Amino acid sequence: MKHPETLERERPGDAARPAPSQPPRTSVPETLYEKRKGVYPQKIDGRFRRFKWLVMAITLTIYYCTPFLRWDRGPYAPDQAVLIDLANRRFYMFGIEIWPHEFYFVAGLLIMAGIGLFVVTSAVGRAWCGYSCPQTVWTDLFQHIDRFIDGDRNAQMRLAKAPWGPAKIGKRALKWSIYLLISFATGGAWILYFADAPALLSDFFAGEAAPVAYATVGVLTATTFALGGFMREQVCIYMCPWPRIQSAMLDEKSLIVTYKDWRGEKRGSLKKAKKNPELYGDCIDCNQCVAVCPTGIDIREGSQVGCITCALCIDACDRVMGEIGRPRGLIDYATLEDCKREAAGEEPRPVWKTLLHPRTVIYFTLWAAIGFALLFMLGTRTHTDISAAADRNPPFMRMSDGSIRNAYTVKLRNMEGRPRDMEITLEGLPAAVMWTDDMPREQAASRLVRTVPEDATLPLRIYVVAPADSHEQDVTFHVLALDPQGEEDRATIRFNAPES
Amino acid sequence: MANETAQGKRIDEATGTETVGHEWDGIEELNTPLPRWWVWLFYATIVFAIGYTVAYPAWPMIDKATAGVLGWSSHGQLAEEMAEDRQRRAPIMEALALTPIERLPENSDLMRAAVAGGRAAFKVNCVQCHGAGAAGSRHYPNLNDDDWLWGGDLKAIEYTITNGIRQPEHGGTRFSLMPAFGRDGLLTSAQINAVADHVLSLSGKAKDNPQGAQIFADNCAICHGPEGTGLREFGAPNLADALWLHGDSREDVIAMITNPRQGVMPAWEGRLDPPTIKMLAAYVHSLGGGEDFVEIGADPAVEVDETP
Repeated sequence: MKHPETLERERPGDAARPAPSQPPRTSVPETLYEKRKGVYPQKIDGRFRRFKWLVMAITLTIYYCTPFLRWDRGPYAPDQAVLIDLANRRFYMFGIEIWPHEFYFVAGLLIMAGIGLFVVTSAVGRAWCGYSCPQTVWTDLFQHIDRFIDGDRNAQMRLAKAPWGPAKIGKRALKWSIYLLISFATGGAWILYFADAPALLSDFFAGEAAPVAYATVGVLTATTFALGGFMREQVCIYMCPWPRIQSAMLDEKSLIVTYKDWRGEKRGSLKKAKKNPELYGDCIDCNQCVAVCPTGIDIREGSQVGCITCALCIDACDRVMGEIGRPRGLIDYATLEDCKREAAGEEPRPVWKTLLHPRTVIYFTLWAAIGFALLFMLGTRTHTDISAAADRNPPFMRMSDGSIRNAYTVKLRNMEGRPRDMEITLEGLPAAVMWTDDMPREQAASRLVRTVPEDATLPLRIYVVAPADSHEQDVTFHVLALDPQGEEDRATIRFNAPES
Repeated sequence: MANETAQGKRIDEATGTETVGHEWDGIEELNTPLPRWWVWLFYATIVFAIGYTVAYPAWPMIDKATAGVLGWSSHGQLAEEMAEDRQRRAPIMEALALTPIERLPENSDLMRAAVAGGRAAFKVNCVQCHGAGAAGSRHYPNLNDDDWLWGGDLKAIEYTITNGIRQPEHGGTRFSLMPAFGRDGLLTSAQINAVADHVLSLSGKAKDNPQGAQIFADNCAICHGPEGTGLREFGAPNLADALWLHGDSREDVIAMITNPRQGVMPAWEGRLDPPTIKMLAAYVHSLGGGEDFVEIGADPAVEVDETP
């Protein structure tokens, strides 16, 4: 794998490449710190822009609306479709209810999310950055507000330079108020995932919600306001680790937004190119690709960390190419390999060949395997669970009749929305009997039956007493739900006995 | 060269940024300027730090640190939390004070609170002799088993804790006295050997010894009972079971007859308040050997722990 900068230097057609029309930048830093250069992306329409609209609509709808979806779970459980119930330690997602001891499902989902990013990166490059990263989506949203209030790129630049006066103050106040409203809605929606949304909403505005709710909304409103309204591309370039990790994951087979320099160079205005068509390439140096870029980079300098591959420059360039009657795709999604092929005049490879290279297949297989394993576990898990912990001090106890007693803390979990009777038996020590701390020893038996309330854990302190000649061995607590489903579970644990 | 600065540092062609001038195996470091807001963030942390040291204890002085204008201290916070916790527990302690210990099992919530509180109090006051798991050790009674010198129901345990064992200055104390048969010359060495054999035979650890049986009947049965099963009124241990406080070897038994050990326990009345003593009794009773269980009505009233 090569670093994009290396790739950039080795890009195809290097030998035959004409000298760049502009000298290399020589902006040597005079200070240690650099003022942020304003980014005022110009409005653009095109197929990628329309796709971005769609993704934005879907992701924002999911984010803002999910807490209000209802899901009937019967009388004993909340009816919110997606709910992270920290107070009661339950995680609800539609038909799935996760208990804390099943947290590996959540861990598995997080691992899938991680590997999912790898799959996406190796198949379609930095598509996550370009389309669905919250930072991108909210920045995009805020940039639309900029255009709505301040006008398009040129108007925004004029306003930024203009001295502070009533008009500028008014526009800024209006714009920042809208930022703040959106930020508040964003921070506000977050807490709705952690409690019953309609109830929390009315409590929140009545001033009766928990202090942590207000603090969370406050912090998230502030971060959304700062990161989406002002930091924007600085987050991607300076703060986010993911662009750097992706830099290491990209190679010549990765789909990136590429300026096809062998086609574009030498750049020159339309007039010059008409006079000397043999000297100039397709790029008419109209700067539209730079004007529309939400991170303010020049894609013609090659692949770089600031490029989130949102493809708006492709839209801009395609429009210009269409207007001047040249084929589209001077800036396009392409792999460096394809670029080389295209520069050499070969047929481009079909898209599926780009997507299906070994790395993509391996990542996808891994990702799918974890997904199937989780689904399998989800499908076969029971709603009855037993766990046992042995007393360590004392590990065993001799009774006055010489028999040996061990004490265990046993927990029965009833993960269903109805109370159930459960039978506990002990396997491995046929002569042993059990009793609990809430019954007399005289009633000790080889099986215990307890009613476990709905959606609850019943802790039991179980004493197991075995004849004097018992040896140290493994024993198994077995729980059987006494209902037609007859779910069962086992917990194996050590029975301790004196040596000899 | 055009690609050099006045200081002779190379300018990277791809980025137009000056390099810092070092090179490691062809790898160079760009001197990319940090964003301006970064330095403001740094200044902000300095301002925060100054504010923090003013608001909170920070600067070490000769005898103690500056107090901070907010007046916060970790000791103060602890005291506050402890006071809050005492307040939280106050109703439980009050209910415990009002409930006679025989009635405790009827209130399963209170019983559970008492056992939990007793566990904590036990760790502070009792583990020195009885051990962290209340399993005792040689000469120190095990409280987990079903062998009780003075009785194992809630009321008997509470009485024992309150009044202690062999505390002469305490009126109601438990007091048992086993004569020193060997030391005081009440029995000869041969007689002691014989009675020791008989004692061990009660639990099948030795063969019958008719002479020992006769000596036992004459000297020991008055407290330990004719069958050697003990008598709790006198605190006389059961000699016919599998549990031996002072050891089950022939030498141990002979030593106990010759010159018996007299265990002691402090009387906790006055040292601990009555609710705490009740909690200790409930805890000891809950260890699996408690006697005289009182049925908790028709509904077993299972306690539900929401935290798995």
